[in-house]
Amino acid sequence: MSPTPEPPASGAARRARITAVTSGKGGVGKTFCAANLAAALARQGERVLVLDADLGLANLDVVLNLPPRVTLHDVFTGNATLQDAIVPAPGGFSVLLAGSGMVEYSRLTPEVRQQLQRVITAIVPHYTHVLLDTGAGISDVVLYTVSLADQALVVVTPEPTSLTDAYATIKVLATVQQRRAIQIVVNQVRRVGEGRNVQHQLQQVIDRYVNPGLGEPVRLELLGEIPSDGAVRDAVLRRELLLEWQPGAPASVAVAAAATRLRGA
Amino acid sequence: MASELSQPTLPPAAALQLDTALQLLRQSGHVPPPGTPGSTDWLQGLIDALVDLSSRDPLTGLANRRAFELALAREIDRVARSGEPALLLAVDIDRFKLINDTHGHLAGDQVIKAVAVALAETVRPMDLVSRVGGEEFTIVLPNCAPAFGETVAERVRRRVEHMPVLIAPGQTITVTISVGGAFAPQWVRSTPALWHERADLQLYRAKSSGRNLVCLEPSAVSVVTAEEKGMLFAFSPSQDIE
Repeated sequence: MSPTPEPPASGAARRARITAVTSGKGGVGKTFCAANLAAALARQGERVLVLDADLGLANLDVVLNLPPRVTLHDVFTGNATLQDAIVPAPGGFSVLLAGSGMVEYSRLTPEVRQQLQRVITAIVPHYTHVLLDTGAGISDVVLYTVSLADQALVVVTPEPTSLTDAYATIKVLATVQQRRAIQIVVNQVRRVGEGRNVQHQLQQVIDRYVNPGLGEPVRLELLGEIPSDGAVRDAVLRRELLLEWQPGAPASVAVAAAATRLRGA
Repeated sequence: MASELSQPTLPPAAALQLDTALQLLRQSGHVPPPGTPGSTDWLQGLIDALVDLSSRDPLTGLANRRAFELALAREIDRVARSGEPALLLAVDIDRFKLINDTHGHLAGDQVIKAVAVALAETVRPMDLVSRVGGEEFTIVLPNCAPAFGETVAERVRRRVEHMPVLIAPGQTITVTISVGGAFAPQWVRSTPALWHERADLQLYRAKSSGRNLVCLEPSAVSVVTAEEKGMLFAFSPSQDIE
């Protein structure tokens, strides 16, 4: 059982830091990272909300084994309040599901943007960290979701397609959203230090092809590397958070270390 | 569902009103169904021919909007299951109203037929070309890598640009098309309507940018050049960089 998270320091009207967890390619463990990072942050005393804007096939509610519930789509269509849609997850953090209606928001009308902004404004005073679990790829709706965040975190695996798609995402975020400090988590590494290699690999190509065109260079920060770990798959099958089920598993330890870095950044 | 159509309950052919169906098929140039009139094979052939008739645009022989929407839904499903990229191109003849007003509707029809042929001959056999409006076409390209999609779209545009259309004896005109393209979102089960809308948005961009243009929605591969990719893979991740 995770400890009850402490409330934010009294007197400090600290607004949550918003981190968008994204990836170029689907299936690299973005939702796994977002959910377990949230649990690790909660264990370290933070008040965390995860907003699931991921339209992929393995949604946060499935990963966490949450029953079907009120979503942002219900809030936007006036069928529920924001309070109805925010629910506690097993890991000591709160969850807000965007809902499958999010697909309709790929039109991203000014009205929709305004609604999303209002939701973000309403929730940030109540948490210290908000994680946006975005969809994969660089579609308009993904890029828009990332644009709502203070910080972009790209999940990547050391495999060619994932690298290419992560590089594309970083390139677009740097040029279209003018982001300069982008965090990465390297998932499914096979040896210690592989995460650092991936970071260097990406940074070199960015230095050569992206940074020359920018006033200020893009710098990648390695938040952590998560080892390939059988326990991850087992947790997914059990629909449990790895960090709750096996806090001592290598992947859990790695996620906790990444959370520490995320808090300190 | 099959039980509704099981053979024993099928009425004898003599009880069915088939005259109109047969007339329509004759007029559209379909051959009579094979087999003895009234037999199950013959009825199946008749039904297949009617399906074909209702799926085609009469002027160009291309698939019509109905058939296109069916194909689009199938393709979305396939992309969601297999993850293979698929491209939808929205094609519109530039200034078609002007062509009609200047040269007449028969000339307009010739232009539509010529463009239809140009599109059909430029794509792969597995790609579906449809006429979905007066001067609007779509092309669905299954299993289409982004780089390939860009190449095909540009090839289609250029083919029409360099194709003189005979609108009357001894009179040819040149026409151009604007092309908008969007890939089916790969890790999301989107809807045909949204996919078509995204392609139409790119078509609108092409029109607004001067026409006779191809605009594709950016995708990861279109964003990353061959040089960048080469450098990304110059080091295998399992080697030490030091």
